[in-house]
Amino acid sequence: MNAVTISGVGKTFDTKEGTTVALEGIDLTIAEGEFVSLIGPSGCGKSTLMRLVADLEQPTTGSIEVFGKTPDRARRDQDYGIAFQQAGLLPWRTVAENVGLPLEIHKTGKAERTARVAELLELVGLSDFGGRYPDQLSGGMQQRVAIARALAERPRLLLMDEPFGALDEMTRERMQGELARIAGETGAAVVFVTHSIPEAVFLSDRVVVMSPRPGRITDALTMSFAGKTGREEGLREQASFFEMVTAVREALHQGSPTTAVRGVETR
Amino acid sequence: MSAGAAEMPPVVRRPRGSQDVRARATRERIGRVVAPIVVGLAVLGVWQFLVSVVGVSDYLLPSPAAIAEEFVAFAPAILAAAGVTGFNALVGLVVGTVLGILLAWAAAQWRAIDAMAAPVVAALAVVPIVALAPVLNTMFGADSQFGRQAIAAIAAFVPVFVNTLRGLRQAAPVHRELMRVYAASGTQTFRTVTLPTAVPFLLTGIRIASSLAVISALVAEYFGGPRGGLGSFISTSAASSAYARAWAYVVAAIALGLLFMLATALLERIVLRHRPAA
Repeated sequence: MNAVTISGVGKTFDTKEGTTVALEGIDLTIAEGEFVSLIGPSGCGKSTLMRLVADLEQPTTGSIEVFGKTPDRARRDQDYGIAFQQAGLLPWRTVAENVGLPLEIHKTGKAERTARVAELLELVGLSDFGGRYPDQLSGGMQQRVAIARALAERPRLLLMDEPFGALDEMTRERMQGELARIAGETGAAVVFVTHSIPEAVFLSDRVVVMSPRPGRITDALTMSFAGKTGREEGLREQASFFEMVTAVREALHQGSPTTAVRGVETR
Repeated sequence: MSAGAAEMPPVVRRPRGSQDVRARATRERIGRVVAPIVVGLAVLGVWQFLVSVVGVSDYLLPSPAAIAEEFVAFAPAILAAAGVTGFNALVGLVVGTVLGILLAWAAAQWRAIDAMAAPVVAALAVVPIVALAPVLNTMFGADSQFGRQAIAAIAAFVPVFVNTLRGLRQAAPVHRELMRVYAASGTQTFRTVTLPTAVPFLLTGIRIASSLAVISALVAEYFGGPRGGLGSFISTSAASSAYARAWAYVVAAIALGLLFMLATALLERIVLRHRPAA
């Protein structure tokens, strides 16, 4: 069974100026355990597409299945975990209480919750910070707490909307390494929205390239690094990594041949 | 990477750096306390000077020394009067706060209640206490403190209601979406996100209300009703030309207002100690 099946999905928003077509004719399947990045310039609807999968928005046309269920059912069954660009931690709760929040909402017993929270904090390397409050952590640490929280219900699908977008480059690379390891350890499929090409290339099994107005999928590139499958730091310096970066960049430019691609970080 | 390579916790809130920084912080704190005391003493000095050397007449402006003398002489009476007024203000503050929170909650929950409450609250906000006091004092009889407590409650209700309602609408979109993702019930969302978000606003409302409650309870005493509070003693002392004594009661009234304000500010500080400064 596929983690996500998107068929013929379109999404329009009604605004005062008229109707905006955010997405049109989207077909995409994501296998279980697959890491897929959605990349494209601002306004290409990549976040909207992720939000449709999350049941935070409803598609205007077409259908979406998450593990063979409707997105609504999948959300109620906690089949996916989610992380946004803002960590979105509750500032009045400690780190441990934030991580345990979904478990608390779903009435998991206290002992089980405590054990799971300890496990998750260990996973994201924040075991010593369970008693801290979010404002005592750096941006990168807050985002790790948010990732731990997203993993609390052991979801088989992780939805991430530019989770590292607000971090500095060094923290960002470290977080990417972290995420690659966590995704490998949990075996969850990941839908990762980004506008950084190297980030998409480093993390993904497949990079889905989108173009704006209306948002469409223009290309989907499978990442292959000359026999290497791991996502170690060394990967960033390999020739095959740069080849993939180039391939994604060219795919992005083809999406809008007449205008320069804006809003895409090429560093 | 693992925990080892993690970034250092950015030490927070009160960066306890070098000795130097701490010394400067201490100096600043002392300055904040000392400066107003110096100003206050200077004002008192000039005041005393005006009365005893320049010779401003006593009924216009009693000297600080005379006021202090009266304050000491009537200390038990002043304390008892402050107790009466303070109790009225406290009852009003508590009742007004509870009502304000309940109605704000209802208005946040149901649009219809919000629509109904808005004009009523607007009307209450502009009601001068002076206008209500004689009416309520007559309504509830000359020997009842109820009228004053009701006036304090009305005065306290408005800021609590307005601020709490605003706070209940401040939940961050990202938090609301998280609750939706977790398929949380309405009650769960209210308890985990909406209410905690509103707490700082609610506390601001209470802090504003505390001063208003004291002022209202005190002013209400000028318009009949049982004697015994600070307000009634201020008016009788002034009426019987005991100006220094009237001023001593005024000093007590100021102290009572400060006490309420400090208590609520302290409450705010304790409750919000883990929140980042807004």
